[in-house]
Amino acid sequence: MYQLYGEINMGSFKIGGIVLSSAFKRPSTRLYPTVPRKWQDNTRGHVEIDPEQCILCGICSKKCPADALTVDKAARTWTIDRMSCVQCRSCVESCPKQCLVMKNEYTSPNAKKVIDTVNIPEKVKKEE
Amino acid sequence: MTRSHEVQEITEISYSDLLVKAKELAEGGYRAVQICATSKDGKTEMLYSFDKDFKMINYRVNVPSEMRVSSITGFFWSAFIFENEVHDLFGIEFTDLVLDYKGNFFKLSSKTPWKTEAKKEVQ
Amino acid sequence: MGKRTIVPFGPQHPALPEPIHLDLELEDEKVIRAVPSIGYVHRGLEKLVEQNDYQIMCYVMERVCGICSFGHSWGYAAAVEGLMDIEVPERAEHLRTIFHELSRIHSHLLWLGLLADAMGFESLFMHCWRLRESILDIFEKSTGGRVILSFTKIGGQFKDIPKESLAEIVIILENMRKELLVVTNVFLDDTSVKNRMCGVGKLSKEDIMKLGAIGPTARGSGVNNDARCLDLGKYKELGFKPILETDGDCYARCKVRVREIFQSIDIIIKDIENIPEGPVNIPVKGMPPMGDFIARIEQPRGEAFYYVKGNGTKYLDRARVRTPTNANIPILVKVLQGCYLNDVTMMVMTIDPCISCTER
Repeated sequence: MYQLYGEINMGSFKIGGIVLSSAFKRPSTRLYPTVPRKWQDNTRGHVEIDPEQCILCGICSKKCPADALTVDKAARTWTIDRMSCVQCRSCVESCPKQCLVMKNEYTSPNAKKVIDTVNIPEKVKKEE
Repeated sequence: MTRSHEVQEITEISYSDLLVKAKELAEGGYRAVQICATSKDGKTEMLYSFDKDFKMINYRVNVPSEMRVSSITGFFWSAFIFENEVHDLFGIEFTDLVLDYKGNFFKLSSKTPWKTEAKKEVQ
Repeated sequence: MGKRTIVPFGPQHPALPEPIHLDLELEDEKVIRAVPSIGYVHRGLEKLVEQNDYQIMCYVMERVCGICSFGHSWGYAAAVEGLMDIEVPERAEHLRTIFHELSRIHSHLLWLGLLADAMGFESLFMHCWRLRESILDIFEKSTGGRVILSFTKIGGQFKDIPKESLAEIVIILENMRKELLVVTNVFLDDTSVKNRMCGVGKLSKEDIMKLGAIGPTARGSGVNNDARCLDLGKYKELGFKPILETDGDCYARCKVRVREIFQSIDIIIKDIENIPEGPVNIPVKGMPPMGDFIARIEQPRGEAFYYVKGNGTKYLDRARVRTPTNANIPILVKVLQGCYLNDVTMMVMTIDPCISCTER
C-alpha cells in the first residue's frame, strides 16, 4: 500500500494541480454569520430542563465537573451558568427522573455571563 | 476476553537501594518513563518506572520525613523534567540535580500546592 | 571567538502552536545551548480527583488536551477498569480503536499543516486543514462534539454507532485518500520543502535511547517503542506493524507521520469490516478498591502513561498522566545544540509539541 507514492508525478510545482483547480471551485469556507451554521442532530449544544418532572434532588449539581449548576431547594429554583457549562452531558446521564435534555444549538457569544434560572413548580397532589 | 492491559508489577524498594538500582538499569539500556509522587496525610511516596523493549519495571519508594531524595539524573539525564515538577508541586528536595530550576519550573501562585499535611488526631 | 547573545524564543511565536519558552544561547548564528521553561498552561487538572468522583474524572481527563483528547479518556478509563477488574465488551474495544485511529489521522494532518505554516507555505497549510475538517465532521455527526468527544466512560462507550454511520465513515475516508496522496506528496517530493527538512536535526539511535524519546520522533531514527505493539485495543488482531525510518532527520520524522496516516486509514477500514455486534457498555457499580493500576496508550505523539490509585472511596487518591511531549522535551534540548538559528522552528515543530499535555 505504500507503493502508491510514485504514481502521481506533477513536475516541480507539486501543489500546482490543487491550487489551480481550487480557483474554479466553490470556496470550502462558509460566509458566517451571513450563512448560518447547520447543526447536526447529535451535537451537544446546551442543556434544557423539563420543570414538571424535576424533584430538586440536586444530583445534577453534585456531578457537574464545571460547577455550572445550582439547585436551591428552599427557593425551588434550578440555575445554570451557560458560560461555565462544558456540554459534557453528565447531568443528563445522572438525573434520576430524566428531566434534563441536551439540545443541539450552542449558546451564542455574549459580553456578559448568561445565567438562566428556572422555577420548579410545586407538584400537584392527586386527589382520590 | 481478559482485560486488555497487562498487570504491571510494582516492587517496593527501600530509599537507600534507589541509586544502586538506577545505575543497574541505566547500564542495562533502560529508559526512564516517569516519576510520580503521591502525597496523603503528610506522607509521600514516589513511583519510578523504567522500560526496555516493552517490559516495564516499577519501583515504589517511601520518601523519608525530611523530604530529601537523591536524584537519578546522574544516570538518566532526561529525568530532570519529572524531578523538577515533583519539587515544585510536592516540595521534595533532590540532591545533585543536574539541571536544577530551583523552584521556578512551573509558574505557580503558591508554593508546593499539592503537599498534604498530616491529619491531626480527632478526640 | 564569536559574540554570545541570548535570544528568547516564545512563549508567543508564530511557529508555535502552544506556549513554551526557550532561552537560546547563540554564538553568531549557531545555537550553543537551549534551556526550556514551561508553566504557561498549567491548570493542575490532576488535583481535581479530590473533588470529582472517579466517573466524572473521565470528563476532566479528556480536557487535558484538545488534539489528543480521545486518547486521554481511553487511557484513564482503561486504568480504572483495570483497577476495578472490569471486562469491556468486544464492540466497545473495536469502537475505541476506530476512534483512536481517526484521532491519529486528524492530529497528524494538524501537524502537517503547522509544519507548512512554520515554513511559510500557507496554501499547503490551508489544504491540510481543509482535509482535516472531514474528520471533525465525522466526529460531530457520530458523537456530538468536534474536538472533545465525551464518548468514553468507565465500562465502555456511551452509545452505539449504527451500521450506516460506520459505512459512511468508510466512504468519506476512501474519498479522502486520493487528495491526501497529492497533498502529502508535496511534503515528500517538493524541492523547496525538502531543502528545509533534509539533513536538519539529525538524531542518532544512541541519542534517542539514552534520552528516552518516544513516538514518531524516535521511530524516525529506527527505535521502536510503539505502544500499539503491546496487548492494547484490537491492534494485534489487525496485524499491526510499526513504521520505522532510519535517517533520523526532520525529513524522516515527517515521512513516518505521513505513512502513519495511510496506515491508520487501512486499519480503520479493516476494523469496520470485522466489528462484531453486541452491547457497547456494561454498568459499573461500586467503588474502586485499594490498590493501583498502570495503563499505556499510543497517542499520536508517542506513548502515554496512566496511573490511578484507589483507596476504597469514590474519590481516587491519585490519577497521573505522563504525556509523550513531557518525555520529548529533553531530546528537544539535545537536538537544538549546534543548529543554526533559522532551523530552530523546524526542530521545535519536528517533535510535535503539545504543551497543554505536558503541563496539564
